[in-house]
Amino acid sequence: MLNVYNILETIRMIQDECLDIRTITMGISLLDCIDTDIDKACDKVYNKIVSRAQNLVAVGQQIEKEYGIPIINKRISVTPIAMLAAACPNDNPVKFAKALQKAADTCGVNFIGGYSALVHKGFSAGDMALIKSIPEALDVTQNLCSSVNIGSTKSGINMDAVKLMGQIVKEAAERTADRDCIGPAKLVVFCNAVEDNPFMAGAFHGVGEPDCEIHVGVSGPGVVRAALTKYPDASINEIADVIKKTAFKITRMGQLVGARASELLGVPFGIVDLSLAPTPAIGDSVAHILEEMGLEMCGTHGTTACLAMLNDAVKKGGVMASSTVGGLSGAFIPVSEDAGMIDAAVAGVLSLEKLEAMTAVCSVGLDMIVVPGDIPPETISAIIADEAAIGMVNSKTTAVRLIPAIGKKEGDTLEFGGLLGSGPVMPVREKSPAKFINRGGRIPAPMQSLKN
Amino acid sequence: MRAVVTVIGKDTVGILHKVSGICAEFNVNVIEVTQSVLQDMFAMIMLVDITAINGDFAELVDRMENLGKELGLSIHTMHEDIFNSMHTI
Repeated sequence: MLNVYNILETIRMIQDECLDIRTITMGISLLDCIDTDIDKACDKVYNKIVSRAQNLVAVGQQIEKEYGIPIINKRISVTPIAMLAAACPNDNPVKFAKALQKAADTCGVNFIGGYSALVHKGFSAGDMALIKSIPEALDVTQNLCSSVNIGSTKSGINMDAVKLMGQIVKEAAERTADRDCIGPAKLVVFCNAVEDNPFMAGAFHGVGEPDCEIHVGVSGPGVVRAALTKYPDASINEIADVIKKTAFKITRMGQLVGARASELLGVPFGIVDLSLAPTPAIGDSVAHILEEMGLEMCGTHGTTACLAMLNDAVKKGGVMASSTVGGLSGAFIPVSEDAGMIDAAVAGVLSLEKLEAMTAVCSVGLDMIVVPGDIPPETISAIIADEAAIGMVNSKTTAVRLIPAIGKKEGDTLEFGGLLGSGPVMPVREKSPAKFINRGGRIPAPMQSLKN
Repeated sequence: MRAVVTVIGKDTVGILHKVSGICAEFNVNVIEVTQSVLQDMFAMIMLVDITAINGDFAELVDRMENLGKELGLSIHTMHEDIFNSMHTI
């Protein structure tokens, strides 16, 4: 039965603590759009996306009104485009990028993801052409997101792809240098990519997924922090319980919105992603949760332990609240998108090395980190390799989204605006890993892969 | 189907009258009202039946919100499912 306290708590979470649904993401399979004529394929892609997602934004707005809960983004994820590009080897895959952008414009969504290739064991037809076209695709579109999976626990790490992605990230930044290097902010390099992720820039619609489905990504770092402020002297296990209860409530709301969207759109409900996704807004920071636990500043000693507990408690609370949990589900630590992380990075307390350690215990990885513009591509590749190794050995998803700030160095800042925020240029090691990266080949799958 | 209307803000004459007036206009039946005035802060929670609503629920939400702005109050109209799903198992 409804009671006054609960009603006021919900309203306070939404009004004062930045609780929102970060995204409803429609996953659409494009496997039936494959054609050897790229123009025909692009028409099919456009028509299929528009036919499925034309009501997505309107339905999102209707649900916002019905439940009084903001839904910040409406997004679309599609089958990795490399699979479509494979059928037309003599054409520039950027045509697909333009078709996706046009479909995104028609549907009015914030982002469309899936300009992707899965090359964790090797390149198949279409993969190389697609990866090489990523810088141009991100340059000529606004809302398109791209991702490449270069490793997995089952297959090891494709070091040829790692080497290539270092160059691609750098080139994407150079091509968009006049727009604060926005290109690589829309490009994620994964190890163990998930097929039902609703969050950008890494969302794509995996081949094992149904034809069309709806995923929901919730948010709520502000709510968790606000809950913790009420327990200044509680022990860590008591705090873990508070986080679990809060995550449960947040996730229930995601489940409700997802089920309703699925009903209104006539599309099956996929998953709720339990991630705590920060925004640069005041009071919506994961770093501030860690600081509420008792760290003077995020990035100091103890950060990894606090984050490990937070990540685990969020999952435990969320998992019972939803019928199907999936995606990345954990805490995100994108530097430029989190007010507390930005402050800690500017103060020099949060370093790239600490962030790397943190990615071993949370969902995702080195996210939205601005590095000096003169960084060699091999160094980017080596950072990707380090991160992928953490994912591969720990059987978890890791990702790298680095933004080389062309023409800038340590002490400067890049401003992306909106949900992407702004980030200080963070220093990287200057000794070269080039010989290691240029060896190429594949890091064999670890012992953890032999589970059968 | 039911919705919850919450009104929070400074107490003035005729709040209940104006809110229930909009409900009547939309053919929305008021089932239950809880209200309290602490010092001069007014908090009212109204449970309403929207099964026979004549018009759009979104329109009702907007009308209530605009009334809130007019009176300098915060008025939220939300489907009851959000509270049920968040606070009950």
